[in-house]
Amino acid sequence: MTEMTASVTAARPPSDITKRSLPGSLIVHALLIAASLLMVYPLLWMVSASVRPETEIFSSTSLIPSSIDFSSYARGWVGLDVSFGRFFWNSLVISLLVVTGNVIACSLTAFAFARLRFAGRNFWFAIMLGTLMIPYHVTLIPQYVLFLNLGWVNTILPLVVPKFLASDAFFIFLMVQFFRGIPRELDEAAMMDGCSAWRIYWKIMLPLSLPVLATAAIFSFIWTWDDFFGPLIYLNDMNTYTIQLGLRTFVDSTSASDWGGLFAMSTLTLVPVFFFFLFFQRLLIEGIATTGMKR
Amino acid sequence: MSNAMRTPAGAITVERYQGAVAEGRFRRLWNANAPGYLFLLPWLIGFFGLTLGPALISLYLSFTDFDMLQSPRWVGMANYVRIATADPKFSAAMHVTLTYVVFSVPFKLTFALLVAMALNRGLRGLPIYRAIFYLPSLLGGSVAIAVLWRQLFASDGLVNAALAQIGIEGPSWISHPNYSIYTLVALSVWQFGSPMIIFLAGLRQIPQDMYEAASLDGASKFRQFYKITLPLLTPVIFFNAVVQTIEAFKAFTPAFIISGGTGGPINSTLFYTLYLYQEAFGNFRMGYASALAWILVVIIAIFTAFSFLSSRYWVHYDD
Repeated sequence: MTEMTASVTAARPPSDITKRSLPGSLIVHALLIAASLLMVYPLLWMVSASVRPETEIFSSTSLIPSSIDFSSYARGWVGLDVSFGRFFWNSLVISLLVVTGNVIACSLTAFAFARLRFAGRNFWFAIMLGTLMIPYHVTLIPQYVLFLNLGWVNTILPLVVPKFLASDAFFIFLMVQFFRGIPRELDEAAMMDGCSAWRIYWKIMLPLSLPVLATAAIFSFIWTWDDFFGPLIYLNDMNTYTIQLGLRTFVDSTSASDWGGLFAMSTLTLVPVFFFFLFFQRLLIEGIATTGMKR
Repeated sequence: MSNAMRTPAGAITVERYQGAVAEGRFRRLWNANAPGYLFLLPWLIGFFGLTLGPALISLYLSFTDFDMLQSPRWVGMANYVRIATADPKFSAAMHVTLTYVVFSVPFKLTFALLVAMALNRGLRGLPIYRAIFYLPSLLGGSVAIAVLWRQLFASDGLVNAALAQIGIEGPSWISHPNYSIYTLVALSVWQFGSPMIIFLAGLRQIPQDMYEAASLDGASKFRQFYKITLPLLTPVIFFNAVVQTIEAFKAFTPAFIISGGTGGPINSTLFYTLYLYQEAFGNFRMGYASALAWILVVIIAIFTAFSFLSSRYWVHYDD
């Protein structure tokens, strides 16, 4: 299958490519390397800008700073009235609670759909799949009014509690697909032995499903960490800000004055995501490849 | 039945018999269905309390004037009429969003497919390339990337510095209404990694011997691409196109950060969702914003239905 791809990517006349030809491979490698550099250049430039002396940030497009200077990090960290430490802590708490909620609630729901028989199962499953397609804007305003009346605005509750009610249908769907692949004989035998549904879920299903639970947990963390819209609506007190809101406020207050601090803090907000990416790349890529998750 | 009052305790009467049957049936129903519904309980609460309930309320609110201070005031179709006939910001937002969808999705999918095919040749270093191309997709939703993008395309930004080196004086991309939307398109195209990974998975499914047979028959590579790869990949192309289009309709963060929440210059980056946000949480026109939300739903539904209907003519599923 190699040759026809070469004809497209390397834009050579198709007839003179021989199977796995060395020049063909070299050309494809060269193009891919060039494309890779173009892809990561902005990111590397931002990291390099964050350790440059302030005067040098915009003077060159080069990635290598003339001297390394971490003072932008110290300056940026102090932030506004509230330091970035606070924003990081808030984001961390919310993200970990969302991960917990998603893993528990979505796995319970998925287990019911994938393994339990009950009247109306297909109906509810169809409804659940239907919710995947509803844009959140439709429920946004009544939800906001609800949480406002509950006195939850300016707390983390509106961002966290829905996750304990399995509001992320993507993860339910992902887990249903995975659970269906686990041999039915296992839980049927356990059921014959008088095992309760709960024990089957807890003792058989969850331990066998660690890969999909981890995938859901990691995506939950990254998406919550990166979420801007939810916190923008529900958090108005700077002490409750997440890292994304903090960064945005920092941008607004310092734009054009402290680029070094801005790039330093931008880099820091990406570090946890990058860290997860580095260590769990395989899980993330398989998660995308098998379910086509949105990002 | 009429002598039920005279029956001794413990005797079987029709009522008791029916009662026992009903109770047994209930117990059996309970035993058969309770575990399922107990496991579904959190989701059911969420579905009724956070999805269905709010959706119905928002439908109601879309026919009202509601500023959150006073209770909703019924205005009938007035919100929808104003949207359709007398709201220049709505038309601007629609124009911006459609421009974004029409430019970003095809380019993104084309890049994703080209790179996936280049990577699908059994090259060395595949995992590294795949990771590098996927990274922007994963980081893309964050404020930091939007901030970086705003700098890249600023008038004294990196893109213009690079252009200056080859003697071109670039415009001020971000603050020029003709170009600002395309910087956001570029940001979206840069994040082609996740459709690329789905294409890669799809390419793996195509049997190798089809290409071997085709090349024995003397089919050129381009012919193989049009006759084998493309048709067999149509289900994946369809999936990616639908998902990416819906995502594009919902884009928010980059437009908000790059325009500072205004959708400027001159509404050129006023994404639909950004306008909805401004109406709801800037002007507290909650009823009007609800109507905007429902129009978005209808647009997405029409688009999705159209895709599924048209898919009959161009998507090939092997049976």
